[in-house]
Amino acid sequence: MTLATSRRGFLKSAAAGAAVLVIGATAKGAMAAASSEEAMLTPFVKITSDGQVIAIVKHFEKGQGPATGLTSLIAEELGVTMEQIDYDFAPSNPQVYNNLFFGPFQGTGGSTAMANSFQQYRTAGAAAREMLIAAAAAEWGVDAASLDIVEGQVTGDGKSAPLGDFVAAAATMTPPESPRLRDPSEWKIIGNEKTRRKDSPIKVNGQAQFAMDLHLPNQMVAMIARPPQRGGTVASFDDSGATEVKGFIMAKALPQNNGVVVYAESTWAAIQAREALSVEWDLSAAETRSSAEIREEIIAALNAEPTYNVNGADRVAVKAAVDGAAQVLEKTFYFPLLAHAPMEPLNCTIEQTADGEIVLHDGCQMPTGPHMAYQQIFGLPAEKIHIKTMLAGGSFGRRATPDADYQVEAALAFVMTDRSRPVKLVWTREDDIRGGYYRPAAGHKVRVGLNADGTIAGWDHQVAGQSIMKGTAFEPMAVRDGVDGTTVEGVTENPYAIPGMAIGLTDTEKATSVLWWRSVGHTHTGYVMETMMDMVARATGRDPVELRLSLLEGGSEEQEREAAVLKLVAEKAGWGKPAEGRAQGIAVHKSFGSYVAEVVEVSGSVEDGVVIEKVTAAVDCGIAVNPDVIRAQIEGGIGYGIGHAMRDQITLSGGEVDQYNFPDYEPLRISDIKAIEVHIVPSALAPSGVGEPGTPPAAPALANAIVALGSGVEHVAELPMAEAGVSFA
Amino acid sequence: MSMTLKINGETKTVDAEPGTPLLWVIRDDLKMTGTKFGCGVASCGACTVHVDGQPVRSCQTFIEDLEGSEVTTIEAMEEDKIGAAVQQAWLELDVVQCGYCQSGQIMSAVGLLRENAKPSAEEIDEYMYGNACRCATYQRIRAGVQRAAEILEA
Repeated sequence: MTLATSRRGFLKSAAAGAAVLVIGATAKGAMAAASSEEAMLTPFVKITSDGQVIAIVKHFEKGQGPATGLTSLIAEELGVTMEQIDYDFAPSNPQVYNNLFFGPFQGTGGSTAMANSFQQYRTAGAAAREMLIAAAAAEWGVDAASLDIVEGQVTGDGKSAPLGDFVAAAATMTPPESPRLRDPSEWKIIGNEKTRRKDSPIKVNGQAQFAMDLHLPNQMVAMIARPPQRGGTVASFDDSGATEVKGFIMAKALPQNNGVVVYAESTWAAIQAREALSVEWDLSAAETRSSAEIREEIIAALNAEPTYNVNGADRVAVKAAVDGAAQVLEKTFYFPLLAHAPMEPLNCTIEQTADGEIVLHDGCQMPTGPHMAYQQIFGLPAEKIHIKTMLAGGSFGRRATPDADYQVEAALAFVMTDRSRPVKLVWTREDDIRGGYYRPAAGHKVRVGLNADGTIAGWDHQVAGQSIMKGTAFEPMAVRDGVDGTTVEGVTENPYAIPGMAIGLTDTEKATSVLWWRSVGHTHTGYVMETMMDMVARATGRDPVELRLSLLEGGSEEQEREAAVLKLVAEKAGWGKPAEGRAQGIAVHKSFGSYVAEVVEVSGSVEDGVVIEKVTAAVDCGIAVNPDVIRAQIEGGIGYGIGHAMRDQITLSGGEVDQYNFPDYEPLRISDIKAIEVHIVPSALAPSGVGEPGTPPAAPALANAIVALGSGVEHVAELPMAEAGVSFA
Repeated sequence: MSMTLKINGETKTVDAEPGTPLLWVIRDDLKMTGTKFGCGVASCGACTVHVDGQPVRSCQTFIEDLEGSEVTTIEAMEEDKIGAAVQQAWLELDVVQCGYCQSGQIMSAVGLLRENAKPSAEEIDEYMYGNACRCATYQRIRAGVQRAAEILEA
């Protein structure tokens, strides 16, 4: 039986006289318990005397799996099946629901949902178990040590009763400070291949409610006409055309004049009214650069001395070692701007309650961001602002802007009304593709010196690109000695023992807003490191796997783990033995604490079309909590990495984005990759990320495979591949 | 303009101007939100519904062309033999991730299985090409269609 997933259902049950046990945490992180929701509004798990168990999930669900994952941690420790537990999303509270890796900040990102919750949610489930068992032991007059909870029944010493029977008594107890966590040998759910996603049933029958699906009574739909170039402002506008549209309500310029908000009775009316609006833009201070200029600036920076000596290397000595080597490999790479383009276009709904409080309904990735912004905009204390997190139709980073961009837009649009009607702000796909917040453009110039025996003499690595963190609220946290780590990560924290490595960085201007994009800096650093590694193997006649393994022999844990995924993927993919007419490429990369190696097998030719026949992956992400969710994330990460590398880029002409919608920002399609196989390395180490780490090795493995096809092409150095003369079947 | 629309076996009266995409009548007027808005230009398939049994992109299907037609959406798939099999296969394989495109994927998959009871991987790729999934759940969609075919065959 699947229980009703709703807070309302729970409250109804609780109001009907059932006792409640809620387990949460104090602001200092200690376990806390209460006997009513009112007494504790911020629990991790709620249990009623009629047996309902609800996990309160502090991370939003964009498909990456926390609704299943965090719920499975509670279920495991408490002793219920996945069918006996439901989930609800947490309210906004940065003291209790903070990401433990982010400080007092509630948010999802950096592939941390499971990693930061693993101990916390198991502890909450274990505390509930121990309290219920203590209550049962007291009632039955038996030793608590003789009891356990199995499939929702308190069981032992010849007795058995539903856990709900002990909720009332348990709710009066003090929670244990350090409850016993189940030994891995006891696990039935963690690591179980058969655990199914909790959110699947509502996502196959149309019942899932994404923020886009919200229709509050009497709501207005708002769309914003934005300037064609960043920094443009409204000189004047004429809404006489819009007044002809049935359902048009009004149009108003945003307070900072950076757009015109169109309000309408429905989404279609808003779309039409915005089209009918005539806006005169003042573009005198607007961005005018083209992507060719962005590229030139980055290439020029790569050819000059870098601003930052990232790893404090003796640059002169490294250059000398490279120049004096028997053979020098040199390659300059360029990576374009990319849009995230989640399937659900951005949107959120804002309303004011009868007593003047503000409610935001949003597929909210970082609740603390809009929560803080709204305190300023509305002049309200935190407790009078509520964020209802709904399902999110993808993100890939886009919903987590440091300036809470679309939630702030919605608030500004709402403030300009009399606040009697909820306002739903909707972006169209065109707004999404053209609206900024792109993966920054970046360039690398790498010079590798090779000794006569095939070993590396020196590695001079320069990076130039647009910093994501500088100029944002996250700068103090993320930038060290001027270096934005997200521009060079993956070069700097690479497990390879590369002798004589110098890493330089130069920041370049931002011609558009930039943002983390699934796997952040690793999107380009992984590509450069792993195609360079393939070039070194080719130049020295070494096997690409053997070469990599030779650089991972230092005996550190990270080198051993990276070597293990390499070996596993080589074994599973039949490395070195591609089928007739096929070729293989390999890449490995560590990101977000996880290690992923991938082999891409291709057929065809660069001229007539490359076919991606199969991608084999091996992942070590520590303890595999939900193996099938992990596999799905690696499969998706591979698709995301390969699809964009094949054919996507955002370009600017005179400051204006050239692309409009999916026809010219073509998504990966079902026919693009014929098969994917994912293998998980067994591990007893703490869980690490899975949402992002599948992405970085995919594109370089493809580039390496294309070279191995033997059409005489070099490793693609400027993405996308389709622009570099590679055609795909 | 008031007109009647036959949807999931029920006759509904809607007030919509000519030129209104079926998508917005379904979502905004009838508040049936299983059918999704993804691109508005028939390029992603998230809005796929059936008109007289054929999958169409509802964002480019206009209300005035539907007089006398039967519209079927994801909400009616549980009662459809093929629809139920596809849903079962999707659950067995946990095809979904974010899930936003999956109503459209399922509507297309049902359309495919209706005309081809046992599609090959190539036939699935060809038929499902227009349904984008940004989470890239394609491996499981392909396997899901084949699993649904097996369920229907049994």
